[in-house]
Amino acid sequence: MEAASRYTRQTSLPDFGPEGQARLQHSKVLIVGLGGLGIPVAQYLNAMGVGTLGLMDNDTIALHNLQRQVLYSENDIGKPKVSVAAQKLAAQNSDTRINVYANYLNPENALEIIKQYDLVVDATDNFGTRYLINDACVVVKKPFVYGALQGFEGQVSVFNYKDGPTYRCVFPDPPKAREIPNCNENGILGVLPGIIGTLQALEAVKVLSGKGQVLSGELLLFDGNTQQSRKIGLEVNPKNKQLTTLQLHYEIPPCETEVPVVTIAEFLHLSADLRLQLIDVRNPEEFAGNAIRSAVNIPLSKLEDELIRIDFTLPVYFICQSGVRSRSAVQIAQDFKPQAQVYSIEGGMTALPDPIKITV
Amino acid sequence: MTVLLFGVAKDIVGSPSLSIPTTANGKRIPKTVGELRTFLGKSYPELEQLSSLAIAVNNAYAQDTEEINSYDEIALIPPVSGG
Repeated sequence: MEAASRYTRQTSLPDFGPEGQARLQHSKVLIVGLGGLGIPVAQYLNAMGVGTLGLMDNDTIALHNLQRQVLYSENDIGKPKVSVAAQKLAAQNSDTRINVYANYLNPENALEIIKQYDLVVDATDNFGTRYLINDACVVVKKPFVYGALQGFEGQVSVFNYKDGPTYRCVFPDPPKAREIPNCNENGILGVLPGIIGTLQALEAVKVLSGKGQVLSGELLLFDGNTQQSRKIGLEVNPKNKQLTTLQLHYEIPPCETEVPVVTIAEFLHLSADLRLQLIDVRNPEEFAGNAIRSAVNIPLSKLEDELIRIDFTLPVYFICQSGVRSRSAVQIAQDFKPQAQVYSIEGGMTALPDPIKITV
Repeated sequence: MTVLLFGVAKDIVGSPSLSIPTTANGKRIPKTVGELRTFLGKSYPELEQLSSLAIAVNNAYAQDTEEINSYDEIALIPPVSGG
């Protein structure tokens, strides 16, 4: 599309100009995580004309993502985040080159991928990946825009920018398990990642265009509860800038194995036009008393031994009486086949409306 | 001395800020950032157990050896992970 008129509202800014725009157009940004933080980052960088965007995530869209991941719609549930995001971003700006990485960052792929970009945006939801991004960016000498949140609070900074401090200069060691809430387990107010992610997008634009004052050497603390922001001046610990290799292992928790659930109404809707398997994990006595006709009975206690009976090339739905055992079943199945599409039916048989018990 | 609490530090203490008395009362008053960590750790052991807890004095990152005074504003900043 006609670039000159498309970006006129920002190229006419004296402090940005056609020069800032040209730099954006020649920039490559890797966004790690296409969740609450990554979405505003991707949408604004794409809208503003960053030339190349790398999108990295291996999660699929779940109903509980929609309160903050505003790029996704109800009919995207169950689809991979990166492919839905890539499609919507391509419609938003057809000039952007979009590279899709449908996997997670790990010590094997991190250096090779990050090397190809000018800037990384840390939009992840767990400490392990944050430390990996930090270390990899130090090794290959790339800056990264950090953003993270908890409850009503957020943190933003640009780390490893020129001679500036790194994430380890602020937080030298990763928290141990259960020391600090990880993987959004304490909840997130929907709008907060929108604010923090947008601040990250702003920092990314400043780094790439060379315009404005980059938030390097400072940690921005935002408190949504009081609408107060403060900046903490940081120091460089020279040893953190001298990393030349990654650790062999980063404690990356399987945040994505949060149990995917569907309601009984969603299941009935899906089962009408989709090939799927329904596994009832109740005991044989319960199953004999009342079961959905298409269900196969594998009691939870026998599930691990009988996983081979399930065809994981099809979506698998687990049901039990109330929705508790079916959640455990999903975790067992995910351990066995991490890539499989497995869901727990919320509320179980108890949630079934009576007439459907007979007709399904 | 006012101590502002962020992230999980706020959850551990159960309040967004703490006021530390600066008159002796027989107790030893923390004179450095490191002593403040120990002092707070006595009342809130979970704070001391954090692997990384950044402390800022008057909005600047501070090492444990840095001296603190009654008029300083201290901030306890644990890492957060959500996204």
